[in-house]
Amino acid sequence: MKVIKQSGLIIFLLGLTIFVGTIFTGSFNLNQSDLDTFIKEKNYKSTVIKSNLEKAIVTSEDLNIFQFSKRVIKAYESSNLYYDNLIQKYNKEKKWKEKGKQYQYKIGGKPHSLSFILAKKAGKGWAAENTTLMWFLTFGLGIIGALLFIVPDVVLLGKPGIKNDGIFLDAATNRGWIGWFAFVFLVTFYILLYFYPDLIVNWVFLVDPISASISGNPASQWFLYGFLYCTVMTVMAVRMYIKYRDNKYQILRTTSVLFFQIVFAFLIPEILVRFEKPWYDFKNAFPLDYDFFFRWNLDELLSSGGFGLFILVWGVVLTVVVVPVMVYFFGKRWYCSWVCGCGGLAETLGDPYRQLSSKTLLSWKFERIIIHSVLIFVLVMTGFALYTFFSGANQVIGIKTQTIQDIYGFLIGSIFAGVIGTGFYPIFGNRVWCRFGCPLAAYLGFIQRFKSKFRITTNGGQCISCGNCSTYCEQGIDVRAYAQKGENIVRSSCVGCGVCSAVCPRGVLKLENGPEDGRINPTEILLGNDVDLMNFVNQKQ
Amino acid sequence: MEHIVIIGNGISGVTAARHIRKNSNNKITIVSAESKYFFSRTALMYVYMGHMKFEHTQPYENWFWEKNNILLKQGFVSNILPHKKQLEFRNGEILSFDKLIIATGSKPNKFGWPGQDLDGVMGMYHKQDLEKLEKYAPDNKACNSAVIVGGGLIGIELAEMLRSRKIPVTFLVRENSFWNGVLPAQESEMINNHIKEHHIDLRLNTNLKEIKSDENGRVKSVIIEETGEEIFCNVVGLTAGVTPNIDFLKESGIELGRGVKVNRFLETNIKDIYAIGDCAEQHKAIGQRRNIEAVWYTGRMMGETLAQTICGNKTEYKPGHWFNSAKFLDIEYQTYGWVFSEIGKKENETYFQWQHPKEQKCITISFDKNTNQFLGINTFGIRMRHDIFNKWLTENQTIEHVLEHLADANFDPEFYKLYESEIVEKFNKENNTSIQTKKKSWKRIFSKA
Ligand SMILES: Cc1cc2nc3c(=O)[nH]c(=O)nc-3n(C[C@H](O)[C@H](O)[C@H](O)COP(=O)(O)OP(=O)(O)OC[C@H]3O[C@@H](n4cnc5c(N)ncnc54)[C@H](O)[C@@H]3O)c2cc1C
Ligand code: SF4
Ligand code: SF4
Repeated sequence: MKVIKQSGLIIFLLGLTIFVGTIFTGSFNLNQSDLDTFIKEKNYKSTVIKSNLEKAIVTSEDLNIFQFSKRVIKAYESSNLYYDNLIQKYNKEKKWKEKGKQYQYKIGGKPHSLSFILAKKAGKGWAAENTTLMWFLTFGLGIIGALLFIVPDVVLLGKPGIKNDGIFLDAATNRGWIGWFAFVFLVTFYILLYFYPDLIVNWVFLVDPISASISGNPASQWFLYGFLYCTVMTVMAVRMYIKYRDNKYQILRTTSVLFFQIVFAFLIPEILVRFEKPWYDFKNAFPLDYDFFFRWNLDELLSSGGFGLFILVWGVVLTVVVVPVMVYFFGKRWYCSWVCGCGGLAETLGDPYRQLSSKTLLSWKFERIIIHSVLIFVLVMTGFALYTFFSGANQVIGIKTQTIQDIYGFLIGSIFAGVIGTGFYPIFGNRVWCRFGCPLAAYLGFIQRFKSKFRITTNGGQCISCGNCSTYCEQGIDVRAYAQKGENIVRSSCVGCGVCSAVCPRGVLKLENGPEDGRINPTEILLGNDVDLMNFVNQKQ
Repeated sequence: MEHIVIIGNGISGVTAARHIRKNSNNKITIVSAESKYFFSRTALMYVYMGHMKFEHTQPYENWFWEKNNILLKQGFVSNILPHKKQLEFRNGEILSFDKLIIATGSKPNKFGWPGQDLDGVMGMYHKQDLEKLEKYAPDNKACNSAVIVGGGLIGIELAEMLRSRKIPVTFLVRENSFWNGVLPAQESEMINNHIKEHHIDLRLNTNLKEIKSDENGRVKSVIIEETGEEIFCNVVGLTAGVTPNIDFLKESGIELGRGVKVNRFLETNIKDIYAIGDCAEQHKAIGQRRNIEAVWYTGRMMGETLAQTICGNKTEYKPGHWFNSAKFLDIEYQTYGWVFSEIGKKENETYFQWQHPKEQKCITISFDKNTNQFLGINTFGIRMRHDIFNKWLTENQTIEHVLEHLADANFDPEFYKLYESEIVEKFNKENNTSIQTKKKSWKRIFSKA
């Protein structure tokens, strides 16, 4: 068994190495006709961009992706520079009309995204041409290796039960060198994905056939991300099934998040695209889905006929009715631990890191400040977006709606939710985003805290203050602080993962939905003491 | 404002300090030789097993004490001078008090075995024991075999700890079945099997004769009393129970038995000196409880009670109905009320028992065979609600009532399979009754006794 596990690790690492190595393979050069179509499609007015690009990338040289990217970006920059110079020139000469004309020639958009589109057309080599083989050598080996590494645990971990032996003695799960390595890897991955998609175009080639079979289109970097996300979640869900096989709550919950990720977040939206409907994830509620009320999205929905309208109504109903009602009955866990994709990744890929989230009072303070700021940010931004949509004015009190949206998209949507939210798993624990950043979690949290049937019941006086619950709470809740006082846990940030209850060696904690009366039970003195004393203390309160 | 000095920063001392702080502005000093900050002794095992770091065993952050104006003093108290109201530390320092609380806990039993003080022989009680274990048994190369002497709750925890690092363990148990002085046979047997499933070499009916040393004064082997067999090992764990840690009081004039003798107000024979927790010994047993109770929550309750007395609300220590819990490797155990083993049970007490055909789950309900009054329940692998059993015990309910409403008491996580109907069916069959299980009712769960 051990041998299988170790060979699994080797195979996985081999797959990972090839995967990373793939970035550096292939050659990129565009042929003339592809460039012509591209320019036509883009409808550029610039007269120099075409020749710039021609000189840069229509070549018989074998460029690697880095050279290719550099050249494309330079081509765009020099085109823009050309017109900038003209603008300055006319400015000096005070030829205002001429100056004004030049702006139309400038080309907007993110340079690396433009480069991505061109690279997608220009790529040759292993990933682009031997896709199936390369898919197998990267994804295939990764999946097989990981499963070979994980599945022997059925035997190696021994009988069903809590399997946390050695977690704090292991470099992978105790911020050791492996943890830091994973951190650097994840952060780099997210930075490439969000800001340098062209550099990972070879990875996107690998999933082109899969994308074509689902949506009929070639893959984008977002398809790659979606596919990778589902793959990682599935493999790590197998790990969850084995680790928590004694606990039915965990098994059902894992199955549920996996289902919602694969079907709702991945397959349905792609299939919608196949039928020329807007890409939409039906479970992704505003304000997590922060661009739902952006003008471009509303325009797209409104122009997609009845179906678009349906999505619009559903999106609003989801946030305004479905979410709060469900939280009232079941707590925010129904979303965060049973449905949400971010939660899904945190509960599968992130599970090995749950013990790393900080339990200090200080981090709780930071958590509340940060998460509520994000909530305010998203609401203000949405206010701007809606104002812009209805009034047509693209700025409010002198601030451009677009600018706010861009800042949010960059800071929160990309950096916080992606780079920090997932990249920091191996250092700050899983759920960094869910705990500190997610505006939807903040909204659900209010309802959970003030109007819900959900609580974690503390079992009388059974707590021995061991601290397993607090240690393994991914949300950094000091569960023990409540349990040892005999107090139920009613906290806005609890995502109801149920792990505190699972790891408690004394059967002290139970997640349940019950009457609101008696949900919060401040008891100064614990059960077990004689009744008189309890009466005395309770009267005094 | 009085100066309250507490010796011992375990659960009992710390609870007393916290509640005195809540109810008064007395000056409070907690003295401890073991560690500066309070930690949870019950969690020591998880540190060795890598489930937690030592810092996770500390229920309060380090700033807590200063913020609450509780002074912490590290040092070993070597004597108490009651008439001067002073403590003497081993290094000669003196500390004065107005009121003194002795909360010095326990220490592992040693029965004078030859070799019991060799290097590599240790108890499992203090933080220092954990450090020793880390030193002598860091992995199964440095320690290729360990022997544990004494089959109680700490012994099985130590076995689990060593097994988590794949160290072969031989477990010497004096009784003919694990913990059968406390557990009914059905349960004790189940645990015997479970211990073996974890590849622990369980030796029942086995006593330790002596521990042998190598040339460096380190343990080399143990000799078994009954057979004379020699078992080679690098580490010996002595876990044959605990005794109150009160040797330093011998000269003080405070009345001692096995522990510090106290009355129901937790007062010793000397005014303004109190004792709580593991080290306190009641003059007379409370109900069916033992005079000395070395469990976590009784220490906590004594701390809570004494804090009331010290803050002017003189309060008798009245522990409610007995309850407890433990975990035997993978099997959780809870108990409410009194279930005595076959060895200890009285004539009027009888059992109703149920065991899962395949999994390691079982229950024993003890009841009065004349009145059918419910006396207590042991559950293995099933969690139960403390509130409910506490209420049933207060109301002197019958076993029929308990079985009928068993669903109210279940505390397993959601979606777990429930066994109420199987359990009740078995009872009905055995007793020719026709009890019907009722559905779980929140109204009943929240109603008070
Ligand atoms: C491994 C282990 C597991 C356990 N598991 C459980 C469990 O699951 N459930 C349960 O109910 N109970 C359990 N117990 C028992 C429980 O931990 C004790 O009952 C409880 O800790 C007693 O608390 P205390 O405050 O009375 O004393 P202690 O926690 O022993 O604290 C006494 C303190 O006083 C200090 N001290 C003693 N003498 C002096 C002196 N002369 N000068 C200065 N300082 C001194 C000691 O160093 C110690 O720090 C367990 C015990 C152990 C060792
Ligand atoms: S309190 Fe428990 S259920 Fe809630 S998030 Fe923390 S570990 Fe999960
Ligand atoms: S894990 Fe259980 S016993 Fe340990 S501190 Fe938490 S609630 Fe208490």
